[in-house]
Amino acid sequence: MAEPIVTYKDVHKSFGDVEVLKGIDLDIYPAEKVAVIGPSGSGKTTIIRLLMTLEQPTAGDIIVDGRNLWKMEKNGKWIHANENHLRSIRGDIGMVFQHFNLFPHMTILENCMTAPVHVKNEEKSDVKKRSIEMLERVGLGDKLDNYPSQLSGGQKQRVAMARALVMRPKIMLFDEVTSALDPELVGEVLNVIRDIAENDDMAMILVTHEMDFALDIADKVLFLDEGVIAEQGTASEVIEHSENPRVQSFLQRFRG
Amino acid sequence: MIVQLFWLYYAVPMLFGINLGSNWWIGVIAIGLNYGAYLSEVVRSSILSVSQGQYEAATALNMSSFQRMRLIIFPQAVRMMLPEFGNYTIQILKGTSLVSLIGLTDILYYGDVMRSTSLSLSPLIYLTALIFYFILALPLIFLTRKAEKIAKKGVAS
Amino acid sequence: MNLNYWSWDTFFDALPVVLQGLGITIGLTFASYLFALIFGFLWTFLRRVPNRFIHFIVTWTMEFIRSTPPLVQLFFIYYALPVIPYIGISLHPFACAVLGLGIHFSTYIGEIYRSGIENVDKGQWEASTALNISTWDKWRRIILPQAIPPTIPMLGNYFIIMFKEVPLASTIGVAGIMLLARSYGAENWSYLEPLTIVGIIFLVLSYPSAVLIKKLENRFNKRFDKNQIMKDKGAMQ
Repeated sequence: MAEPIVTYKDVHKSFGDVEVLKGIDLDIYPAEKVAVIGPSGSGKTTIIRLLMTLEQPTAGDIIVDGRNLWKMEKNGKWIHANENHLRSIRGDIGMVFQHFNLFPHMTILENCMTAPVHVKNEEKSDVKKRSIEMLERVGLGDKLDNYPSQLSGGQKQRVAMARALVMRPKIMLFDEVTSALDPELVGEVLNVIRDIAENDDMAMILVTHEMDFALDIADKVLFLDEGVIAEQGTASEVIEHSENPRVQSFLQRFRG
Repeated sequence: MIVQLFWLYYAVPMLFGINLGSNWWIGVIAIGLNYGAYLSEVVRSSILSVSQGQYEAATALNMSSFQRMRLIIFPQAVRMMLPEFGNYTIQILKGTSLVSLIGLTDILYYGDVMRSTSLSLSPLIYLTALIFYFILALPLIFLTRKAEKIAKKGVAS
Repeated sequence: MNLNYWSWDTFFDALPVVLQGLGITIGLTFASYLFALIFGFLWTFLRRVPNRFIHFIVTWTMEFIRSTPPLVQLFFIYYALPVIPYIGISLHPFACAVLGLGIHFSTYIGEIYRSGIENVDKGQWEASTALNISTWDKWRRIILPQAIPPTIPMLGNYFIIMFKEVPLASTIGVAGIMLLARSYGAENWSYLEPLTIVGIIFLVLSYPSAVLIKKLENRFNKRFDKNQIMKDKGAMQ
């Protein structure tokens, strides 16, 4: 197998006195689709927020494509990463949020275009073409000039995915992207994720409550419990055949 | 503010032996200092009120902190500031009436001069002065209302 | 008398003189504020009259009072009111100041009441109707008890703003600290010390009240946030 694109080495994270992650070791390979499940408060979201550099780990290393994310070498010493170092790695990573976080003062086309144009300094006409293609792919080709406030939750979330995809990340993070949606809108968002999973070769990490969906698309499922990875394996190993009582009781509550 | 105005007018020249120039400048400095403090608070609180999610989304798109401020945070904050700016401009307009007390020849000053010559006309004189101020404020009132509408539209997501 | 330098002698000479006006200044603040609180209710209810013409008149009258200088309004009440034919009434300067400042700030206070009432959940009105509660009791027992508490920090802010505007009354001869300081300055040809005293008094009195208001505000914000979080949780489930 190829080298992993992301590696967590004994990663800890505390908020004040509360230790949310208590030593995470994890390898993610290029194009691998990883689903993270577990009870709320188990630290699922924190795992991907650390990778997106929205939070700093308290201890441990995160390696992205061979480079240490939070530390850099300077004059032979390892020091805390500065903003330039973070930015040079962050470009490989894209994220979709639970609450969409679209930019309300821009049309959805501008939402998609602003980062490639200003951050990657790409040619505006290329970006526009690509953004329109991407918005068409998520089924919103007819809404280009609408503002986010004019869209439904499911549509907003699809725009958020197009916005992240236009940046051509190598790793995509999905943070409970269907949790804030009305039940009847969940399907359209999952369909887009499935389409990305099947047709794009980027690595994906999904924090999710949609067990059937995780079973369907994930190469690997992590069950997180009280800050540690309690169980990991293929989807059927974890979701269908786990012997771990915590996993079973968690799934039971979900299946009802 | 009236306290500050008088203090600048009477006290500063004595205390520091400096002449602030004309009374016009004293008025400008007193009003400017006063509302400058309020307006900086407006700017600060509008920037703080842009939601955390917007910062995170900008970071996830790998924007630098300057790009984040210029492209994402500030344009949203400005929409929230504008109505407040409008309100404070009306406040400043009202505040300028104080400068007649330090001898600047504004609307109220002429009103007072006219009143002292013909007392019986004073209702008319002051009513006219009030209407003058109101006419000056009207465009600001409409602009502020418009800004409020824009602010509501731009921020709700 | 030295014109160029600070003199502690003058300072301590002026201090008791200026302080004599403190009672009037504070009294005027409270009286005007009380007036504004009561008059604010009047505006709020006038605006709720279901007649478009009255609504229009009331709205623009409020706008007019709010966007013209209180100083000019004071002059109008003090100088102009007595000479209006037939209805001319001559008031004591203190009463003029209460009327002027009170009416000016009542337009702001009325706006605060309105926002408080609008923020009461629509369901509360419907529930009171469903329970067949009379209009009077609806306002007294259901709506106002919910509408007023959240506005208290804002009302407090206006108390401080009003306190800072009270020295305007010195221009029509209300003998508060400002007028006494200025007349002391005129008599002794030294404005620096008495005016500095006035500044210090205002600072000393308004700073603690501002801190108090901030505390109140934080308490109410916390309560509001809690509700918000509960709402969010409800939406997620």
